[in-house]
Amino acid sequence: MRKYSAFAIAREAFRHHSGWQRAWRSPEPKKSYQVVIVGAGGHGLATAYYLAKNHGIRDIAVIEKGWLGGGNTGRNTTIIRSNYLQDESAAIYEKARGLYEGLSAELNYNIMFSPRGVMMLAQTEHELRGYHRINQANAIQGVATEMLTPEQVKSKVPIMEINGPRYPVLGALWQARGGTARHDAVAWGYARAASDLGVDIIQQTEVTGITQSGGQVTGVQTTRGDISCKKLGIVVAGHSGVLAEMAGFRLPIESVSLQALVSEPIKPCIDVVVMANTVHGYLSQSDKGELVIGGGADGYNNYTQRGSFHHVEETVRALIETFPIISRLKQLRQWGGIVDMTGDRSPIIGKTPLGGCFINCGWGTGGFKSIPGSGWALAATMASGEPDELAAPFGLERFAEGRFIDESVAAGVAH
Amino acid sequence: MSFRLPNAGCLIDRSNPVSFTFNGKPVQGYKGDTLASALMAADQRMLGRSFKYHRPRGLVASGGEEPNALMNMGEGARFEPNQRATTTEVFDGLTARSQNHWPSLNFDIGALNNRLARFFPAGFYYKTFMKPQWAWKHLFEPIIRNSAGLGQVPTERDVDRYEYFYAYTDILIIGGGVAGLEAALESGRSGAKVLLLEQSPHFGGRFMVDDIEVDGRDGPAHIAHLLAEIAKLPNVTLRARTQGAGVFDHGYALGYERLTDHAPAATPRHRLWRIRAKRIITATGALERTLNFAGNDIPGVMLASAVRDYIRLYGVTSGARTVVVTNNDDAYRTALTLYAAGLEVPAIIDARPNGGGEMSDQARALGIRIETGHGVAKVIGKKHVTAVEVCLQSGTGGAVESIACDCVAISGGFSPVVHLWSHCGGKLNWDEENAMFSPDPSRPPTDQNGEGFVLAAGTASGALGTNACISTAVTAAHQAADEVGRSIKEEAAPRLTQTPDETPMAPIWTMPAQAPYKLRSKTWLDFQNDVKVSDVQLAAREGYESVEHTKRYTTLGMATDQGKLSNINGLAVLAGALDAEIPQVGTTTFRPPYTPISLGSIAGEASGPLFKPTRKTAIDGWHKSHGAIFEPVADWRRAYAYIQAGETTQDAITREILATRGAVGLFDASTLGKIIVKGPDAGKFLDLLYTNMMSTLKPGKCRYGLMCNENGFLMDDGVVARLDEDTFLCHTTTGGSDRIHAHMEEWLQTEWWDLEVFTANLTEQFTQIVVAGPNARKVLEALGGTDVSREALPFMGFIDGKLAGIQARIFRISFSGELSYEIAVPASQGLLLWNLLLQAGADFGIAPYGTEALHVMRGEKGFVVVGDESDGTVTPHDLGMSWAVSKKKEDFIGKRGMQRSFLMAAGRKQLVGLRTLSDTEKLPESAHAVEGGKAIGHVTSTYFSPTLGHPIAMALINGGQSRMGEVLDFPVGSKVHKARVVDLVFYDKEGAQQDV
Repeated sequence: MRKYSAFAIAREAFRHHSGWQRAWRSPEPKKSYQVVIVGAGGHGLATAYYLAKNHGIRDIAVIEKGWLGGGNTGRNTTIIRSNYLQDESAAIYEKARGLYEGLSAELNYNIMFSPRGVMMLAQTEHELRGYHRINQANAIQGVATEMLTPEQVKSKVPIMEINGPRYPVLGALWQARGGTARHDAVAWGYARAASDLGVDIIQQTEVTGITQSGGQVTGVQTTRGDISCKKLGIVVAGHSGVLAEMAGFRLPIESVSLQALVSEPIKPCIDVVVMANTVHGYLSQSDKGELVIGGGADGYNNYTQRGSFHHVEETVRALIETFPIISRLKQLRQWGGIVDMTGDRSPIIGKTPLGGCFINCGWGTGGFKSIPGSGWALAATMASGEPDELAAPFGLERFAEGRFIDESVAAGVAH
Repeated sequence: MSFRLPNAGCLIDRSNPVSFTFNGKPVQGYKGDTLASALMAADQRMLGRSFKYHRPRGLVASGGEEPNALMNMGEGARFEPNQRATTTEVFDGLTARSQNHWPSLNFDIGALNNRLARFFPAGFYYKTFMKPQWAWKHLFEPIIRNSAGLGQVPTERDVDRYEYFYAYTDILIIGGGVAGLEAALESGRSGAKVLLLEQSPHFGGRFMVDDIEVDGRDGPAHIAHLLAEIAKLPNVTLRARTQGAGVFDHGYALGYERLTDHAPAATPRHRLWRIRAKRIITATGALERTLNFAGNDIPGVMLASAVRDYIRLYGVTSGARTVVVTNNDDAYRTALTLYAAGLEVPAIIDARPNGGGEMSDQARALGIRIETGHGVAKVIGKKHVTAVEVCLQSGTGGAVESIACDCVAISGGFSPVVHLWSHCGGKLNWDEENAMFSPDPSRPPTDQNGEGFVLAAGTASGALGTNACISTAVTAAHQAADEVGRSIKEEAAPRLTQTPDETPMAPIWTMPAQAPYKLRSKTWLDFQNDVKVSDVQLAAREGYESVEHTKRYTTLGMATDQGKLSNINGLAVLAGALDAEIPQVGTTTFRPPYTPISLGSIAGEASGPLFKPTRKTAIDGWHKSHGAIFEPVADWRRAYAYIQAGETTQDAITREILATRGAVGLFDASTLGKIIVKGPDAGKFLDLLYTNMMSTLKPGKCRYGLMCNENGFLMDDGVVARLDEDTFLCHTTTGGSDRIHAHMEEWLQTEWWDLEVFTANLTEQFTQIVVAGPNARKVLEALGGTDVSREALPFMGFIDGKLAGIQARIFRISFSGELSYEIAVPASQGLLLWNLLLQAGADFGIAPYGTEALHVMRGEKGFVVVGDESDGTVTPHDLGMSWAVSKKKEDFIGKRGMQRSFLMAAGRKQLVGLRTLSDTEKLPESAHAVEGGKAIGHVTSTYFSPTLGHPIAMALINGGQSRMGEVLDFPVGSKVHKARVVDLVFYDKEGAQQDV
């Protein structure tokens, strides 16, 4: 892999940029791999990358139905934070956040991680108590968060209306080291680095079946033929239930469409990420200048990656009350992504009833921020065959045991 | 130079001048002008700067597809960035400023980027700025952020009003050109309810500018004829200035009406139409494509159709001397129009080896020079066009001639507007002959019944010729009418149209065909975002082969026009680079809205006081006038405490508690949910819903109940009263009333539909007032009318009767631990009863108390509050309320969940009381108990108890019940608070106070 650098750009500038290599190879699938990962989103690619890098397993295919990074990795609102209430959540999200900090340099691909700070507004006394609780929990977990006064909120976000009248800002939970990253670049960066380590990324290839023998996975059937493997990772947020069915088990997951939109680009006006859970909306400004707005999830199950309008209106109303100057900006585009919702809104990472088959799903609305940590944990789990320390609490068996990791008290609607 | 022509311009009123300013400079236009046409008339050719390289930008188009002419519009509270000049009607006093430059439009420091363009190819930022780690956030990103963005940031709150409009229609037609109007007339004749939306202020579309004859009428006359015919049909509604913005599942569509953008200060400004249509006809026309040659972004290079629009509609020309460059016949219309307007056309450069059809003969006959098989090597000019260099189309760009000109009219063919067809899943076909994607009628968006609900008509369906355009509209109208259950009885006579014979277009994706890198790196695809042919080719070479990858890597089509001009050209270039067919490459996804819509319109009326209106009880006004401070609880506001002169909030809370415990208190509990559950199976239903048994409750009695979700976690609590054999009244928490009602209905409708049970939420119908304290009975007796003695109305009973002549239901329930009555009366009588109670209680020391006093008193009693002591992870057992979980019932929601191993395990968090070692030090909110560096629980409620004179707290602690007497550490910040685990009930453990 030829390194990216300012020097490389300068060199190419004088030869019409003719020397750039492919970011990732486009190989023909082999008949057999040691490991097959289904799904070339951020999670799947990160899993492949860490399998290769941390565990020396390089005989890997990542099989993708469409284009890599085209699922929720390319549809989310790019927020990264780890201020979670439950210790198990905080551990894996903080691992992910920490990896994000050094990811551009590690992958030699600028994923634009920008620790601009994530602010979660408390707009009722109840919510304020909830954030105090998270703040206290974070202090014990070693996750750096602090409580802000309304005045501190205002000084960080001058365009915010903190005096209500309906829901005055009573305070905020602030994670200074949270922020955003360029979502596509995360997928591309992992893809390029994984490909360089020998991982075959097979795009435009749909897995149509999973083969097994004696309770052990033997391979996958695809639109480009059968591929055998010793270990299989299913990492297909939004379609997890479909793949699980192929593997012969069921998941406690509902699939719903989560709504998001962007405004037209304007000059910089907000430098942090703001999440307002009482009124259901969150907002940040991209480097391009668009306000990136996340809303709620549709109240019905479906697989269409389309935006519906009803949540958008609630979200926009709430944000105009919170940021009155945005009323005359225009909505440029709205879309939806299918998120896996588990009973406790926490992910499933680990073994499945099918031997050699592992799954990573159920991230709900919080998948993007966890990509490096999730890939790290699933890679370790697949390499050893037993749940890694970060992954262990998130096993599928917890639903049968009732051992929930419920963030609902802390997370509200938005992750 | 661009200028106003002495005549022509069917939309402007020359007797009605309009004055406005551009960049502070006064400009005059006419009523009917767009900002774009008026600026063109004033010879203002440069209107902005591009996003990345800050290159000069002028008008390209005449409609919503315009990528360049974006303005900072208006001032102060009516300031709006990124408004398209092409869709802005001028009015007196309009102020417009160009965007994305500093210090001025003419001299922009940012244009330095243009000089360095070779260092900034597509995606350069992914390849650098990686080290040191801090530098991205603190150095590089701020520079990028400040140079990106387009319009300025508004600084004031919007003063305009917006509204929603709900419409139900049989047939929704989007687009008011000839196809839309023909479809409206035809389907209207069936009697179906028809609504037609047109985004511009005028109907007729391209029929107003193209020389077409229908039934012996010219284009404008035919449109006038159609409008007159439609006006006779009361079932057909036409709306101008209303964009069909989006098509969603189930025939839901959005219309965006800009009512007063052309006349500010009138309100509402925008109206968002939320339409349910049985069938939708998209008659949205087609957009012309640009041609890809070097310098095609220089001001003065415009779409040929737009050049024609400006002359015909507004009487302005973008140049005195226009070279027409084309790959199809339509651009000849522009050449003929220019000629007819007395303007010079030094040459028509037709890339097709054999040139065009009938119109090319006309042009030649008029003496216009036509060069076939030629193309443009590059455009000469910096801030506007001065010449074009002509070359052989098949070659590498060697100039054969330079032609001086001040305008270049280009046409790369047309693309049907398929956005609305595609929003909800309609699929496309590649039309080889016209090199365009058009709707595939066999794969339309489907509705809830699996049937197609969108039909495409006119050029939007791919029917580019006039005859086909009209006939597809008529066909679509017939099909839509049929499908909504109307039939068109009389067949309208087919239109007789007169159009010149045309020669097929030739797909030309780069000009010249063999353009070298030097030219390709100066050939723009996306004008706003500065994406060039070389960028797309670079993306393809680097493996960003999916059209979505290319889009995201290069930002092609991500500008405010969402690729209306650039997408097809871009993906053709991508296909070329990949050596693939265009349909294999496919399109990116079309997302709503069609063109951007204001956020204000999405919020609609629901802003300010109408944003989540505050729910108030019947006594709210009294609270307000008696010193109450409020807290929001769900959508309600509740009195938190009543502050008297000289009191702090804490003083008031203390006084209220002592008054209640010592004499009698009065509390407005109206916000508690009140749901009637009625029917022969009501008892059975409630047994399934609550954890405890409700069917055994006797009429006239109350029982406190818990509700869990399927996982066995507490979700709500409240007192259930059995009114009669078939009727229960279920009280819920304030926040729970709507949620629990929906929960009941969900189970009844989806799982237990066989139960004969009906529910009704009566929360707002009743005022509920708590009279609590040792003197409570005396107060009620003073009102008189009902025997409320212990014998007549024992604890956990209720009675219907009159109090001071008001029909009331009196419950003996207590959340304070005192002798307590809750009195429900119709909301209309609530304030009256409140006042009567205050009067009657005056002699007994009555005092109203707020929610905080309520909370402290229930804390003293160890009563839980759902949402404080529970958080969605807590079972009734964890709260020490196993007594409320039936062991007898075969099933209830949560029973199975609660039996899972982890929920049964020892060591779970259990609710306990906490007593700080110091009598003055209250535990902080949400403090965590820490043991060996690990959290073992947290404080759920913490108060200072005025009754007991020391702080109290409740906490969920791992294995709490077995830790009685232990002292735990609660580190908060640098301080470690210490508290002993004690019994939950701090006050009146025996319950002697409440059962008297």
